[in-house]
Amino acid sequence: MSGHDHHHHDHEHDNHFTPIEARVKALESLMVEKGYVDPAALDVIIDTYETKVGPRNGARVVAKAWSDPAYAARLKQDATAAIAELGYTGRQGEHMVSVWNTPDEHNMVVCTLCSCYPWSVLGLPPVWYKSPPYRSRAVIDPRGVLAEFGVTLPETTRIRVWDSTAEIRYLVIPDRPAGTEGWSEERLADLVTRDAMIGTGLARQPAEVAA
Amino acid sequence: MNGAQDLGGQMGFGPVAPEKDEPLFHAPWEARALAVTLAAGGMGHWSIDESRHARESLRPADYLSSSYYEIWIKGLSTLLERHGFLSAEEMASGEVSQAPAQPKRVLKAEMVPGVLAKGGPTERPATSPQRFQPGDKVRTINMNPTGHTRLPRYARAKLGTVVLVHGAHVFPDASAHGQGEQPQWLYTVEFTGPELWGKGADPTLSVSIDAWESYLEPA
Repeated sequence: MSGHDHHHHDHEHDNHFTPIEARVKALESLMVEKGYVDPAALDVIIDTYETKVGPRNGARVVAKAWSDPAYAARLKQDATAAIAELGYTGRQGEHMVSVWNTPDEHNMVVCTLCSCYPWSVLGLPPVWYKSPPYRSRAVIDPRGVLAEFGVTLPETTRIRVWDSTAEIRYLVIPDRPAGTEGWSEERLADLVTRDAMIGTGLARQPAEVAA
Repeated sequence: MNGAQDLGGQMGFGPVAPEKDEPLFHAPWEARALAVTLAAGGMGHWSIDESRHARESLRPADYLSSSYYEIWIKGLSTLLERHGFLSAEEMASGEVSQAPAQPKRVLKAEMVPGVLAKGGPTERPATSPQRFQPGDKVRTINMNPTGHTRLPRYARAKLGTVVLVHGAHVFPDASAHGQGEQPQWLYTVEFTGPELWGKGADPTLSVSIDAWESYLEPA
C-alpha cells in the first residue's frame, strides 16, 4: 500500500528522511518536549510487541486445547478466562471467543471496518489483514481469499466469516492434524501457524515440520 | 459514516498478496507510530472509538492511498489538534509554539506492562433487560449516520440470527463523539451469504457481525 518509500540510507542529514518519517519524528519530539509521553514508555511498548506478544501465545492455547479436553471445554465456555489461565490478557484481547474448525466447518476472521485483531494471542496483525483487499473480499469471496493462501476446502464445507465489529476478538482453533497422538504441547504448538488461527490457513501436517 | 473504511463487499482492490516472512514493522518509523499512538491514547482524552473515527474520517482517496501506519499518524494528528495538545502549526513546523496542555495522565515506562495487560475492556453493567436470545431472528436497521458506527453497509437491513450474547458493552456510536459510554447489549448476528449478497451467492457462506441492540429489530 505505501508507495512513498524513497529510500536514502544516508540518515546523517535530516533532509533525507521521507515525509512520513519526518512527520512521525516531529510528532514524537513535540509530544516528548511537552511532557505528553514518556520516551522510555515508547520503547517498552515497541519491545512488548517485538518480543513478548506474538502468535506463539495463541499456538500454545490451541496446543493445550488439543491435548486437554477439560481445557478445551473451558476454552469453548469462556475463552477469555481460559486464555488468561496461560497469562495472555489485555489490549485487543479483553473479550475472547474461540471458534472451532471441523471437517465440515471452517472459520475465518476479518475486521472489514479497520483492523481489529486479537493482539494478546497473535501479536500485531500482518499488513494483508489490515488492507482493503482482504477486508473487502473476506466477507464476499472467502474461498477466493483462501485459494490465495493455498487452501482449498471441499465445496460442501461451510465457511463462517466473523467480522470483528466490536471488541470481541475471535481465535480460530484449527482442526488437529492426524498422526499427532501423544505429541507434547510444545511440539503441537509448532503445527499451529498464525494464519491457521486467523482462518486463512490450516494447521501444518506432521510431515511439514522437522521431527 | 459511509467512509472509505467500510470495505466489506467492495471490489477492485486486487489480490490479498500476503508477504512471505513479513517483518513486524517495515521501517523503524512504523514502530514509533504505533508507540506514540498508544501512548497518546494513554493520556485518557479520547476513546478507542474516537480514534477509529478520526482515522475513518480521512478523505476516501487519502485513506485508500495511505499505508496502515500513515492512517494512524493522520488520525493521531487530528486527535491531538482537536483536544488542544498540539496546533497544526506546531505539527507542520516540528517546533513548539504554544504552551503545553495538561493531560489527565501520562503513561510512564513502568506502567506499560500493566496497562497493556489490562487493556480496555468494554463490558459494563447492563442498564436494560436483554432483548434478544440466541436463535432469535433479527433484522438490522437501515441507517446511514454521518458519525461513527460499527454497522457495516453490507449488513444493513438484512435478516439474520442471533448466535451469541456478550453482555452490555460501550456503544461506539456514542463513545466516539464524547457522548459517554451508553452501554447496550451486544450480540453476534449471523447472516447467510445469499441474504447478504444475493440469490447466486455461495450458500455455504455465513458472515457474522457483532451488533449492538439498537442496530437490531425483531424479525
